[in-house]
Amino acid sequence: MMRLPGFRYRAPRTIGEAAAWLAENPANTMLLAGGTDLLPNMKRRQQTPSTVVALRGITSLSEIHNGDGLAIGSGVTLSHLIGDARVRQSYPGLWQAAAQVATPHLRNMGTVGGNLCLDTRCTYYDQNYEWRKSIDFCMKRDGKICWVATSSPKCLAVSSTDTAPMLQALGATVTLVSIRGERIVPVAELFANDGMRYLTRQPDEIVTSIRVPAATGWRSAYWKLRRRGAFDFPVAAAAVAARFDGARVVDLRIVLGAVSSRPLSADRAAALLTGQDLSDELIESAAVAAAGIAKPMDNTDFELVWRKKMVRSLVSHALHEIRGDDMRARRHQLARQELLIPASASAAR
Amino acid sequence: MKVRLKCTVNQEPVEVLADDYKTLLEVLREDLQLTGTKHGCELGECGACAVLVDGTPVLSCLVLAVESEGRRITTVEGLAADGRLHPLQKCFADLGAAQCGYCTPGILITAKALLDAEPNPSRARICEALSGNLCRCTGYLQIVEAVEAAAKAPR
Repeated sequence: MMRLPGFRYRAPRTIGEAAAWLAENPANTMLLAGGTDLLPNMKRRQQTPSTVVALRGITSLSEIHNGDGLAIGSGVTLSHLIGDARVRQSYPGLWQAAAQVATPHLRNMGTVGGNLCLDTRCTYYDQNYEWRKSIDFCMKRDGKICWVATSSPKCLAVSSTDTAPMLQALGATVTLVSIRGERIVPVAELFANDGMRYLTRQPDEIVTSIRVPAATGWRSAYWKLRRRGAFDFPVAAAAVAARFDGARVVDLRIVLGAVSSRPLSADRAAALLTGQDLSDELIESAAVAAAGIAKPMDNTDFELVWRKKMVRSLVSHALHEIRGDDMRARRHQLARQELLIPASASAAR
Repeated sequence: MKVRLKCTVNQEPVEVLADDYKTLLEVLREDLQLTGTKHGCELGECGACAVLVDGTPVLSCLVLAVESEGRRITTVEGLAADGRLHPLQKCFADLGAAQCGYCTPGILITAKALLDAEPNPSRARICEALSGNLCRCTGYLQIVEAVEAAAKAPR
């Protein structure tokens, strides 16, 4: 069996206390929220921090506040997020993304901040220590080479977060706090296209909240490809957010998930649609343009050429959905899940 | 290092001295001898280790034991009361919802949380609630039918 390696456990009660502990030794300290990403990685010795700073005791991180949009604490669980009527009503794409993360158990544990900062994934990395040792490791941990493309100077592990592409499409920002102060960056700038240094978050910074701008006039949708309907990481995804004036698109963003080491903004595809009515022809042109920038690698589930082709379909489905087409049958075919709202959430509305 | 952990397990107050790197699953099985909760994939993929923490289903293989301080834990051993099986247990036995039985404790505990929150769930809701519990024997049909039967049984 796989035991956790030893570590020093710290349970701060305030963000300031957490930032101070993190600042003591940022390179060897990791933040623990839901534990659903960090603890498996620690068991497989992919991540071996000497200190773990647990954020669970900081109650202010688990709140969702109204304002000009929504301010979502980084410690809000994914179950809490999808149970929130404001999210369901105003940010359907975010609801669809969060509701398709993992399983009910894992959503009860995993947090929005954790999903945003989710470690990148790869066939050659997400393995136990002995497996990785048998191939002399890879550059992401303990080794020198990238087994996905042996001449690659950088790690090609895949961004596998569902909420990040959607939050990026919605124009969300994140607040980062350290003992040096606080800064707010767009979600788009939180990521870098490098499987190892995929976050621009500094080692001493804590993601404390995610602010989603007001949704007035905006529609959003998230489409995900995965092996199993029950649960799986995305192997391709499309997040679309658009503001309409009648039938005309005033503003639109398309962000692809799981086809790069970061959420990938398809700006040229989005530009094709801005200022236009969403005709079938334009949707197809934009979907083709978006698929053109997808760079899936052969390091996760499914065949990569097919994944790239599927990006075109996912973008097309998302655009049809925000246009108002009835996509329920198609969504059920792909997600193989009703994506039902728990009774408690419906009651809250 | 050992840490002193105080919590409630199956409605009984518990105090235990456990290694600080241990998961809740390891403390339940190794320090409290509650081996009903099963040790499956260890990585949060199979649902065999599901327990309720303050009434919510979570995977005990991914909960640090130290983070269970002061919490209310329910394991499969806490389902039967006064020598009588919980309706879910009875229906699982009557309808053949368990074969090898390894996934059963996790499924029972997850189904209990569902029925506590939603006494009459639809079949789709049952499937969704149990979507994190893998069973390699039954094909799931008997499991879903047993949960439906338990929902109808007097409690």
